Order: sequence, then structure tokens, then C-alpha cells
Amino acid sequence: MIVELSPGLILICGGLLAPLLPTRLRPWLMIVLPFVAFAHILALPHGEFGRVQVMGLSLITLRVDGLSLLFGYIFLIAAFLGGLYALHVRDTAQHSAALIYAGSALGAVFAGDLVTLFFFWEGIAAASVFLIWAARTEHAYRAGMRYIVMQIGSGVLLLTGILIHYWHTGSLNFGVIGLASPAGLLILVAFGIKCAFPLLHTWLPDSYPEATASGTVLLSSFTTKVAVYALARSYAGTDILVPIGAVMTAFPIFYAVIENDLRRVLAYSLNNQLGFMVVGIGIGTELALNGAAAHAFAHILYKGLLFMSMGAVLFRVGTVKGSELGGLYKSMPYTTGFCLVGAASISAFPLFSGFVTKSMVISAAMEGGYFWTWLVLLFASAGVFHHAGIKIPYFAFFAHDSRKRCKEAPAHMLVAMAIAAVLCIGIGSFPSLLYSVLPFNSTYDPYSLDHVVAQVQLLFLSALAFTLLVRSGIYPPELRSTNLDFDWFYRKPGRGLAVAIGRIADDAWRGLTAIGAWTAHRALGLIEQAHGPGGILARTWRTGAMAFWATMMLAAYLVLSYLRS
Amino acid sequence: MINRPDPHEETYWLDDPRNVNRLVYGFYVVCGLLLAIDVFVPKHSPFVIEHTFAFYGVFGFVACVALVLIAKELRRILMRPEDHYDR
Repeated sequence: MIVELSPGLILICGGLLAPLLPTRLRPWLMIVLPFVAFAHILALPHGEFGRVQVMGLSLITLRVDGLSLLFGYIFLIAAFLGGLYALHVRDTAQHSAALIYAGSALGAVFAGDLVTLFFFWEGIAAASVFLIWAARTEHAYRAGMRYIVMQIGSGVLLLTGILIHYWHTGSLNFGVIGLASPAGLLILVAFGIKCAFPLLHTWLPDSYPEATASGTVLLSSFTTKVAVYALARSYAGTDILVPIGAVMTAFPIFYAVIENDLRRVLAYSLNNQLGFMVVGIGIGTELALNGAAAHAFAHILYKGLLFMSMGAVLFRVGTVKGSELGGLYKSMPYTTGFCLVGAASISAFPLFSGFVTKSMVISAAMEGGYFWTWLVLLFASAGVFHHAGIKIPYFAFFAHDSRKRCKEAPAHMLVAMAIAAVLCIGIGSFPSLLYSVLPFNSTYDPYSLDHVVAQVQLLFLSALAFTLLVRSGIYPPELRSTNLDFDWFYRKPGRGLAVAIGRIADDAWRGLTAIGAWTAHRALGLIEQAHGPGGILARTWRTGAMAFWATMMLAAYLVLSYLRS
Repeated sequence: MINRPDPHEETYWLDDPRNVNRLVYGFYVVCGLLLAIDVFVPKHSPFVIEHTFAFYGVFGFVACVALVLIAKELRRILMRPEDHYDR
């Protein structure tokens, strides 16, 4: 017998019950519950379960197939690693938020209909923002506000799209949607906000670097990857995604090169890696979709690992600004090693995970004859090695010695990083393990001679460029700075505009109330004139005057009745 | 948590600039070898450009130099003081 329960609800219930547990036990929920949920999904056969009737809508709360299982596995691994990494945290809000967040992400990928998806979509937004606010700084509070506005905006667009879609088609199935109807466009934009499409991306580099050390690790795993999953479900083979994804791979790396906050550099490279997945979904062939899914899987591990290593630096040193760091390999040798594994994986070195997954997308672009896209992807591959593969470890752990000395990261962080590092190398060295759980059967072989040589050449000569630029002093130094991104438009002139509109509205309101008050004052004056002491209608009249006016009225009545006849 | 290094701290192998130079020169040699073996590698790509000598190496080098130089110029337009949004 199978329990027809979304595995997400296991974690969400844990999150709701967490505040009731003793403080010492609370952090262990995030370590134990992923195993429970894992056992649950392993026991599930493919198919649609958990049918519920709500207000005449028939919902499928649990759909199990290759794609949802793949994302289910990796989300549970990420939740477990994130929980292990956060074992030192004594903050109920963070524990609850993390569990509800991971559970919602899990629920979303097992959702069989759009209403269930929407429910978990909002759960992701609402829970994740607490991981940003948990940093308890003014910057984090404000970035969290901007984050939640974007996320809720995505939810509103999704709901509107779902309603129109249901009205047109009568179906709530979370399957292929496409761009044939306006509903399809609305839902694509909703997914696009969460997937950090160009110009909709600003919440990502804005908020992730402001969250807590352990919070960012979780944030990097779930939100954007749920969006990738949703795109793969509903928009596979949608042509427009190819150029969108290509732009995503290329433009964030320019920011990454000049950014000083190393966790923000990682946020930009996260955006760049999402681009590879979006391109794969846009191409839409079996190889491309397998590549997008596999890359999402590998990406969660190595990006989590990189964020963990930078989180450890933040935890021990108190800053991750490139301008303040350097030479930390002396204090944190293990963290340095794990960071290098993450760096090699994101750069797609042979034997590391990125190599066996990203190359599927690039090969699919090549097979499909997407020449310019292919060229952009190559540029982005060189670029990501440059800023995430070299810049992150170089400025944090090597470069000039900042003469900062600290302790090595705590043991639980090191264990979490070690597991992630082993998985990165495992996937890269034995890709058939990952290929066997991909949604389509795969015969892809990444380890052909020409491919390995090509990739190694690309990477080594990129590193050569870095070496020569640094040694010649041309390489831009790390500077304390803010780099303007698209969010400038709403944070500066947009804010100015809003303030100006507010001021005009304020003035208009004040004018209106003044006119109203004046009118009321006048009216009251007139009434007072008539009814006030000495007013014409308030006088005591003599009986004679009354009799006179009564006679006058009767006379008028008489005259009028004559006129009528 | 953060301490200044004590003056008697052991010196690391990488602290000696000569060792760094050794690493860098070794790296140059590896790069040269990688370019040299390109002649012996069969190419299968449908794109003709890939069949030119050491396409990936040259592309990676040029791409990264261009990336850094453009990003450096972008700083002129994009860079603001750290507290830009706090004011």
C-alpha cells in the first residue's frame, strides 16, 4: 500500500511542529526528515496519486515520474546538507522557515495540477524570505522586502495565468502550456521571475548575499530550480527560451568580475548557470532536456558547496568582501580544498560534475545548429571559470595575505562540505549514476578525446588570461563598491517617482480636504445665520405674524386654484 | 575570532614568491603542451570554426581578456560608493 501524501508535507509539518520541540532537538529535524521523505518517494511507483476534490476542482497533489523524482532526490539531498551545515543555528524562525521552504519546493515538483503548484509556489516565497530576514540587519530587511514583492508578484501572475488557462481549456493539468494563449505568456513571466530571467533577475543578486550563512545555501538550492523544473514541464521546446537563456549565461558574468562581495559574485554565477538550463529547455530535444535536468542536479550540489565555503568564511571572519580577504588557506585549509572542488565543478573540469552535465546542453546546441547560442555558451563557460572558478577561491583564500587568522570552519560545516564535494567528484567521475535517473534514456558520453581536450584547453587558456592580467596589474582590483544593476531603475528614479507621486497625491488630498472644510464651514455659517441665535428661522414669532402668514398661504392657494381652472 | 598572525608563525611554501613563479612557469608549459597536442585530436563538430587550430584555447583566452577589459570599463558607468542605496 502506498501513502498518497506529497513528500513536501512531511517537511512542512516538521516546520510547523518545530517550535514545539526542545531547542536541542530542533536542528535535527532538518537532518532526519529528509531521510523520511526520501524513503517515502523511493516507495512511490510512477503515476498520479492524492486526488482531492476542492470546490469542484479535481486536484492531483502527487504526480511521480522521472522528472519529478530527479528533482525530488536532489532537493532532499540539498535539504539534508543545508540542515547539517546549519546545525549550529539556534533560531526557531530559521529552522521552521527552512523546513517549510524545502517542503514547499518538494511539494511543487510533485504537484500534478496548477492549483497545487500555486499553493506550494507561494509557500516557497513566504518561507524563504524569513531566511533573508534572519540575518537581522537593515540591509537584509530591505532586500527581503524587495525579494518578497517580486516573489508575490510572480505568484499573482501565476494565479491570473492559471485562472485564464482554466477558463480557456477547462484543464488544470500541470503539463505542457506553451505560448499559444495569453495565459501561457502570464505563466511564463511568473516562472521567469522565479527563474531570474534578464531584467526580472535583480531580486537574486540583491537578496541572496544578505541572508544568513546557512540561509543562502538553502536559498541557492530551491527557488530558482523549482522554476527550472516548471519551465521544463510546461515550456520545453519554446524557442524564445534559447535567446533568453543565452543572455542569462552571458551578462551576469560581467557583474561577477567587478563585484566585491563574494557571495554576490556567486549569486551572479548562479544566474549564469540557470541560463544553461533555460537554453536546454528552449532547445527541447531529449538530450537538451536531459542536460537541463542533469545540470540543475549538479548545480545544486556545487553551488551549495561554494555558498557553504563562503558561508564558512563569513561565519569565521565576519565578511566575504574580496577587498578584505586573502591568504585564508593558512587558517582554513579544508574549507579551501572544498571550495576548490566546487570551483572545479562549476567550471566543468573533466572528472567534476559540471563537465558531464553542462556539456550535454552545449552538445545539444551544437547538434541543433544553434551557432551563435553555442558561441555564447562557450563564452559563458570561459567566463564562469574566470569569476567563479578562479576569482572566488583566489581572492578569498590566496591573493595577497590579508593577515587575518581564524579558526577552521566548525566540524558540521566541514562534514556537509565534504559530502557535497564527494558528490561533485562522484557525479563527474561516474556520470552513468546520474544519467540513469534522467527523465529520458541517455547514451551521451562526455569523455570523448576531442571533448576533453577542447574543455581543458578552454579552461587552461582562460586561466592563462587571468594569470597574465593579474601579474601585469591590468586585472581590476577588488574595490568596496556597489555596482548598479537593473534594480537601480526602481530603487533610485523609480523611488523618486513614487515619492513625487506620493507628494502630489498628498498635496491634492490636502487641497481637497481644505476645499471640503471651507465648504462645510460656509454651509455651517449659513445654517447658523438662519437657525442660530437671532437667525431668521430661530426667532420667536408672535401669534399674529403666524396667523398673517397662514392667511397669505391660503390666499396664494386660492389664487393658484383659480389660475388652474 | 580573528587574530593577527604571530611573528613566529611558520612560513608557507606559497609565501615565497619564487615558488609562485615556479608554479606559474609550470602552468605556462602545460598551456603550451595543450595547444601542441591539438594537432593530433580529431574534430567532429558541425561548425567549421571549431576545426581551426586550437580553437577552444584561443577562444577561451580572447573571451576572458575581453570579459575583463569590458567589465573594467563598465565600472566607469556602474560603480558607485558602497552606501549608494543607503543615502
